[in-house]
Amino acid sequence: MNSISRRKFLKISGATIGAAVLSGSMSSFVKGADNKINKKDIKGIQKIPTYCAMCFWRCGAIAHVKDGKLWKIEGNPDDPLSKGRLCPRGTGGVGTHYDPDRLRSPLIRKNIRGEEQWVEVTWNEALDYVAKRMIDIKKTYGPESMAMFHHGIGATFLEHMMKSYGAINFGAPSFAQCKGPRDVAFNLTFGETVGGPERTDIENAKCIVLIGSHIGENMHNTQVQEFSKAVANRASIIVVDPRFSVAASKAKYYLPIKPGTDIALLLAWMNVIVNEKLYDNEYINKYGFGFEQFAAQLTSYTPEWAYPETGIEPDVIRKTAREMARYKPATLVHPGRHSTWYGDDTQRSRALALLNALLGSWGRKGGLYQPTWLDIPAYPYPDYPKSNKKKLDNPDEKYPFAIEEITTGVREATITGKPYPIKGWFVYGTNLPYSLPQPDKTIEAIKNLEFLVVVDTIGSEIAGWADVVLPESVYLERYDELNNPSFKVPYVGIRQPVVDPPGDQKPNYWIAKKLATRLGLDKYFPWKDIEEYLDYRLQKVGLSLELMKEKGIFLAPEQPIYYEDGVKPYFGTPSGKIEFYSLQLEQKGFDPVPKYTKPEEPPAGYFRLIYGRAPVHTFSRTQTNRILDDMMDTNKVWINKDVADHYGIRNGSFIKLKNQDGVISNKVKAFVTERIRTDCVYMVHGFGHTSKMLKGTYMKGADDSRLITQVKTDPIMGGTGMRVNFVTFELEA
Amino acid sequence: MAKFGMVIDTTKCVGCMDCVVACKTENNVPEGFNRAWIVEDVMGKYPDLHMEIRSERCNHCEEAPCVDVCPTGASHYSDIGEVVLIDHDECIGCKACIAACPYDARFIHPDGYADKCDFCFHRTSKGNNPACVDVCPTHSIHFGDLDDPDSEVSKLLKSRKYHVRIPEAGTKPKIFYLT
Repeated sequence: MNSISRRKFLKISGATIGAAVLSGSMSSFVKGADNKINKKDIKGIQKIPTYCAMCFWRCGAIAHVKDGKLWKIEGNPDDPLSKGRLCPRGTGGVGTHYDPDRLRSPLIRKNIRGEEQWVEVTWNEALDYVAKRMIDIKKTYGPESMAMFHHGIGATFLEHMMKSYGAINFGAPSFAQCKGPRDVAFNLTFGETVGGPERTDIENAKCIVLIGSHIGENMHNTQVQEFSKAVANRASIIVVDPRFSVAASKAKYYLPIKPGTDIALLLAWMNVIVNEKLYDNEYINKYGFGFEQFAAQLTSYTPEWAYPETGIEPDVIRKTAREMARYKPATLVHPGRHSTWYGDDTQRSRALALLNALLGSWGRKGGLYQPTWLDIPAYPYPDYPKSNKKKLDNPDEKYPFAIEEITTGVREATITGKPYPIKGWFVYGTNLPYSLPQPDKTIEAIKNLEFLVVVDTIGSEIAGWADVVLPESVYLERYDELNNPSFKVPYVGIRQPVVDPPGDQKPNYWIAKKLATRLGLDKYFPWKDIEEYLDYRLQKVGLSLELMKEKGIFLAPEQPIYYEDGVKPYFGTPSGKIEFYSLQLEQKGFDPVPKYTKPEEPPAGYFRLIYGRAPVHTFSRTQTNRILDDMMDTNKVWINKDVADHYGIRNGSFIKLKNQDGVISNKVKAFVTERIRTDCVYMVHGFGHTSKMLKGTYMKGADDSRLITQVKTDPIMGGTGMRVNFVTFELEA
Repeated sequence: MAKFGMVIDTTKCVGCMDCVVACKTENNVPEGFNRAWIVEDVMGKYPDLHMEIRSERCNHCEEAPCVDVCPTGASHYSDIGEVVLIDHDECIGCKACIAACPYDARFIHPDGYADKCDFCFHRTSKGNNPACVDVCPTHSIHFGDLDDPDSEVSKLLKSRKYHVRIPEAGTKPKIFYLT
């Protein structure tokens, strides 16, 4: 495992803040977490600050409660992420509280797994049962044989419970199925990841390059807000995408690239910038490592070479490269987020990182700024039990540069039982048959389990396979861990209950603490309730829960975020510099400078399946929200008009997709459009649900994950490249 | 006298539907219905395309056919802002307005009356913005008094190119799309 330097965050002492903000609000007001919040009896409108969980950006929000009932949710004007304006999912969060498909009481499986036949039980029965099964697994196999899959900040206390129990195998799909290649590549290059919220200074960029990054459809609020500002400021926008995305419609240059050839384009761009000496020479001299060796490897990658690969004309490649150089260092080559595409994704992301490095945009205004952070000490827990077993997601460091656990590695070990068996899964907030590719493998792994417990707010395909389903209250009904990201300004936000849950749902921290007691782990949960925990942490920086409940957000004094404003450059790489040539990669047998490999061609009559996001939905978890369902109740398959005409597919007609392995999708509507190439089709991820627990979205649209039966694994970090599947059309008879 | 209008910047709008969602929660628009909607107009042949994204709703026309055809006077202009409103108690749900509207802006509410965007009259009559304006993450929607030459909307119309929807219908729409 390569060593990652800890991010050099700006630390702000508690004393500074204490003096800056408050006097006399050090209340130790604590209320039992089991108490109802009793807003029902209050007439009129109350405005309660919290932070959103409709995606994982964590915008500050203000919920409006009218006569005790949730009415609407607006952005918190003090919040640096939303600046008072939520995205459509955040605004539609109201529908999550009222969702008729919510899990309402704990469920224990009645018959065989996957049948979705349940017995409703009390929390005592459910928790006793879960604890008993977890203790059984611990006794028989050891606690390492109980793995956890999780996503989102709500997992914090359950993860803590699992670590206290002795679990060592964890996995979040956000790494090996999403941003892993990007994070590894930027870490290899700059010694730091781009983080989330990403350190992209979009609003100040004069030139923005988006490669497969569909901002506007991908609705990460701050990025979209800043993007539209950049559009209004007439920033030069270059969009590379096989699909004419919303962002493409705002672009000065739209490059309709052949899918899978991005590295060729990136190499050609860098070839032009190096050949024409358009790079930031002073910056590279000061901060670069191995530039000469890097430059020497680029010579053959001319725009003329890239043209037949990418379909982008040499003249356009040159023009766009010069455009980037013209605005440097305020040229932002967006690092993207979901980057597990073709299996060579770390190298593609390395090329993105290096292009930024050539332009001198890392650490600069309009580029990739240096984030700041309010350093709030962690709650002092006892040390977790020590294990003499090794984590099994990445045996023998097969993927040497993985910086987080590999979900699919845990799944594989569950199937093979090697190097030791995994017999239990604890799943929080991630619908594994959707969030991992090759859902058949997920089911195969589940069949080897002795115990599967799922904690979530709504049903899901993974819940359908569970032995026990524990219903969690939604974000509007609970406290959660503090929101304390690194961003342009150092700040902290709280989530707090706005309304009571409609049934017998409970918050994650309550479930974690109750389970811990049953597992004999009380010493790991010394706090009486969540309010005591939050207040303890907040007091450490001179704040208090009482103050935060009123304001929702606390902003610490702004700090410089650009080199030009006094931030001292620091690179946590072995050389202490920006690594144009990566000895780390070379030593492990990988290309020290990215190289291009041709993507596989679709078989005749097949089209590459690409997928993405819509602004009104998050993954596969918002489709039952009645408000968001009214915005978009199904996905559609985007098919180029000429292709559709050839196959006799009319816009709006139902078709099915069949992939190269013969897997057939649900029926789904065709969206016949000019906005996509002829060699691929596109669909929004997250639809086509087959769980009977999801009545509001059952069988609406098609599921791309089911068609992703093939992956190409990134040898550098274990990410699963998923845009390597091909589909053909099955027309309705 | 004020004349309320809306100016929407299609160059900034990403079509995220936040305006539609905010309208829905603000006004308790029933399930299955929306008072606003998004249109993506694509012109050209791949890859040489142009796309205009529009957030659309009732145009609050100065010559509103829905007001003209309404047999009961339920559809009317407000005193403040010349907003096209529907008096629910007067409306008999005859759908004449739905047939008359060239923009397809109206629907019959499950409670039996014609419904549509009212420029959030409960807010705008008190000097606030409609919900869609205040929620828009791209700041694409502007609202104000078209009769006031110093208003933001008037200034935008003076300095930018714009169009209105279906001008040939002669309805004099009060929603303007900047291009």
